[in-house]
Amino acid sequence: MRRLVTDTMVIAERNLVRLPRAPELLLAFTVQPIMFLLLFRYVFGGAIRTPGYSYVDYLVPGITVQNIAFGGFVTAIGLNEDLHKGLIDRFRALPMARAAVLAGRTSADILTNALSATILVVTGLIIGFSFHTNLSEAVAGFGLLMLFGYAFSWVFAYLGMLVSTPEAANSVGFIAVFPLTFISSAFVPVQSMPEPLRAFAEVNPFTITVDAMRSLWLGAPAKGDVWEAFAWALAIIAVFAPLAVARYRRAASG
Amino acid sequence: MPTRPAAPTPQAGGAPVAGEALSDAAVSVRGLAKSYGDVRALVGVDLDVAPGTVLGLLGPNGAGKTTIIRILTTLLKPDAGAAQVLGLDVVRDAARLRQQIGLAGQYAAVDENLTGLENLTMVGRLYGRRRAAAKRRGRQLLERFELLDAADRPAKTYSGGMRRRLDLAAALVAEPPVLFLDEPTTGLDPRSRLQLWETIELLVTEGTTVLLTTQYLDEADRLATEIAVIDHGRVLASGTPDQLKDRVGGERLEVRLEEVGQAGTAARALSTMSDEPPTVEGDMVVVGVRRRDGAIVDAVRRLDDAGVGVDDITLRRPTLDDVFLALTGHAAVADGAPPAVDGPA
Repeated sequence: MRRLVTDTMVIAERNLVRLPRAPELLLAFTVQPIMFLLLFRYVFGGAIRTPGYSYVDYLVPGITVQNIAFGGFVTAIGLNEDLHKGLIDRFRALPMARAAVLAGRTSADILTNALSATILVVTGLIIGFSFHTNLSEAVAGFGLLMLFGYAFSWVFAYLGMLVSTPEAANSVGFIAVFPLTFISSAFVPVQSMPEPLRAFAEVNPFTITVDAMRSLWLGAPAKGDVWEAFAWALAIIAVFAPLAVARYRRAASG
Repeated sequence: MPTRPAAPTPQAGGAPVAGEALSDAAVSVRGLAKSYGDVRALVGVDLDVAPGTVLGLLGPNGAGKTTIIRILTTLLKPDAGAAQVLGLDVVRDAARLRQQIGLAGQYAAVDENLTGLENLTMVGRLYGRRRAAAKRRGRQLLERFELLDAADRPAKTYSGGMRRRLDLAAALVAEPPVLFLDEPTTGLDPRSRLQLWETIELLVTEGTTVLLTTQYLDEADRLATEIAVIDHGRVLASGTPDQLKDRVGGERLEVRLEEVGQAGTAARALSTMSDEPPTVEGDMVVVGVRRRDGAIVDAVRRLDDAGVGVDDITLRRPTLDDVFLALTGHAAVADGAPPAVDGPA
């Protein structure tokens, strides 16, 4: 067990140290979320009605959830590269804890996700967002955000080992997750959608999580959703972490 | 990538089951078999590597060399047969075995975004060393492999030869008594290749046991104490390079003709000198001869009688190329064939 912790930290450190040396990935964490926030706030914001809240207040919880879900992209691409470049073979021939490669990857994501979410929220505050709740609720919101991001790191870890190239990991991840984030309450009230989409949006875990975030940051009346959102995140981890580990074992023994 | 059953978790620190030692060798393999779906990668392979020696697995792409290495380094489970390294079973004692081996592959598996020193430090820490100790060992290895100047540069700025040296250094972090090298010089320029050969030779003089795969006959000839020729998942022949060359039937007589058109006539004239039929390649006729004495005189007389003009005639020891050709019926590396992955990976 001690080996698992130290090995996980070694791998996590490796993934964090290499990040600033891959500038295109760093841009995805920093500049890209700011760009999306500004585009939505100023291009679409004027046309979208959000009763009870200004659009920037409505938008920030939604866009941070979308952004955090994509944080695991680095895991998908990185694991796929490691597989193809033989690094996974090297790790597997070392007397290290077997689970550390995946655990180290996803743990590193928590830190990059925190960085990315902070940048996004600070930018939000600058362009007019404000927390309507007390400190402990705001912090609980950050907690939910991190847990949700961690859950999606496992989804992406699984995807990264399922596909054959880093490019495929990128596009499959995008195609699978992007619509999910849009057919939700992240950017517009679901009441504005046509019936079939609306029905989907209402049960979409993204909607549940975004509503919970609005409850924790804006005091929106969705208290029942908060625990449901935590449960969703844990359920996603419970499904995708074992899938990813099984896939890792199989892929790596090829 | 074909799907295969997931490997069960090796029991780290589990009670070692006292297995019977297969032999006194550093590496012993008995009846090893492995299939990928319908493709039979290994069909009953037996091998022994004596401590402190080099075994060269020689064979073309897809012969099964990499599969053997992957099984011996615990990356892959065999379907049948047994394999031990330093008396440790590759399946049952996998966790303990990983402390004793080093692996350097044909892909130079280093993290390109980490510096040379960071790569080696990471590997050292994954062997359970503390950061400072891992770093010290990393520096030591970088110095030994003449990479100290590049220690703090990301590995993506390294040349192919430097990367391969870093990869080999990573395999040596824990000073493993047994080293597995999968096509260590594939794709390297001649100078880097020679450098790597010298490094491997030095390791062997220090007592390391090496099992290497190669498709280059000169590499096996230079490095290997013993060679096992592999094709289609079987060991076709094994022995010292000299023993293998003797198997081909002593000396090779090479005749260069004045006219290409006379090759058939020349081959017929020489055919009774040997048990095997002469081979013709352009204006060159090659025939194995049992006895060196008088062979040239005999050949010249036969060719003269047949009215064949001779440009040049030489007698030479067979090379491993001849061995490979005689054993497999095809050349070791097809002309112009791109270097490919060995076996279904």
